[in-house]
Amino acid sequence: MSNDLSALKLTNAQIAWRAAQDIEDGAYVNLGIGFPEMVARFQPEGRHAVFHTENGVLGFGEAPPEGEEDWDLINAGKKAITLRPGTAFFHHADSFAMVRGGHLDVAILGAYEVAQNGDLANWSTGHGGVPAVGGAMDLVHGARRVAVITDHVTKQGAPKLLERCTLPLTGVGCVTRVYTSLAVVDIADGHFVLREKIAGLTMEALQAVTGAELKLDGPVADLIVPEV
Amino acid sequence: MDKRIPTLAEAVAGIRDGATVMIGGFGGSGAPIELIHALIDAGPRDLTIINNNAGNGHVGIAALIEQGRVAKMICSFPRSADPRVFTELYKAGKIELELVPQGTLAERIRAGGAGIPAFYTPTSYGTDLAEGKPVEEFDGRMYVQERWLKADVALIKAELGDQMGNLTYRMAARNFNPLMASAAARTIAQVTKLVPLGGIDPEHVVTPGIFVQGVVEVANPKQEEILNREGAVYP
Repeated sequence: MSNDLSALKLTNAQIAWRAAQDIEDGAYVNLGIGFPEMVARFQPEGRHAVFHTENGVLGFGEAPPEGEEDWDLINAGKKAITLRPGTAFFHHADSFAMVRGGHLDVAILGAYEVAQNGDLANWSTGHGGVPAVGGAMDLVHGARRVAVITDHVTKQGAPKLLERCTLPLTGVGCVTRVYTSLAVVDIADGHFVLREKIAGLTMEALQAVTGAELKLDGPVADLIVPEV
Repeated sequence: MDKRIPTLAEAVAGIRDGATVMIGGFGGSGAPIELIHALIDAGPRDLTIINNNAGNGHVGIAALIEQGRVAKMICSFPRSADPRVFTELYKAGKIELELVPQGTLAERIRAGGAGIPAFYTPTSYGTDLAEGKPVEEFDGRMYVQERWLKADVALIKAELGDQMGNLTYRMAARNFNPLMASAAARTIAQVTKLVPLGGIDPEHVVTPGIFVQGVVEVANPKQEEILNREGAVYP
């Protein structure tokens, strides 16, 4: 990515903020471990999503202050969380009935690669190391909406939005929207459809760092995100 | 009926070399650390261990692996803050791994406990983890066939238990524990508090005693997270 794009692009927190704006009041939401957990911090005023975690908690609160952790009360990332009025506990089969039974409104996950047909690769870099999958393969086929948040390109500057994934797949045709550091892109009928892009970024510059054609279907809005 | 077992050593006696053992918990939450350590002391080898993870630090399942007792792990996420014990053996080809998506793992165990030999799920369809598994179309969508998981023994952790084996759990420490209780030929629960019959409101029983063969009290159980922060090593 050129220095120009680096200066324009959103921070991870800003990507998370943008994804949070699309979560409706009362939605049941699963956030992938790591970066996607950040989305919970940016719920718009007056909206209250109910967060689900694979290990059997619904409607939990934020992390406790250091030193006040209860290690029986953690999220899927093994981080301490807190109770809120209305929190529910359940076992793993019920937890994944919520996932696989289509009861979650939204899952937001990270990605190594996303393909224009909605294929997602986010669990294995395909070489060396110990493979680990967790609940990602379940989430991508369970939630009504599967969104990805990611930098638009890899650390080496290669596109992450591709015609076809090159890494081992997490799921086939599962992603419906991608929030990147440069754009908001929907996936429809086997194509990337550009919805929003950073103001001041030309179509040509965006297309140059995207590994598949960005189609247009109506106006493209400016992707405007506050400093967060 | 009295399923109480006085000591941890007696609770794990009879677990033989080559046994398949389900161990409850998700990370350290709900992990029966004291039962795992008693299993290390008891000495069986060539175990197949079923858990969500593959140990953290040098206690619990990580210690069992480090002592060379585990031939195979069946889990969804063999990573943790400090996964080096499993990682080194895996890279050296000295431990086998069957990687299972987390919801599939839970459902395979549930199916084992419910007498359902196989089921279909969209999870893993079209991925490396579906290789070699039968697939079938239902109502226009593709599904992968997965088989039940059962075990010789389940070692689980509960909060309250009574002599009939009725159990309750504490917060998110429930996780895989109730499923595993139903899927093993012999389920041993370590309970933080053993209560008299009637001490658990029947409305609050999560695991009914029919799924549990032994109950051993471990007051003030250790938490894996805290042990690891202290740099604990077992034995």
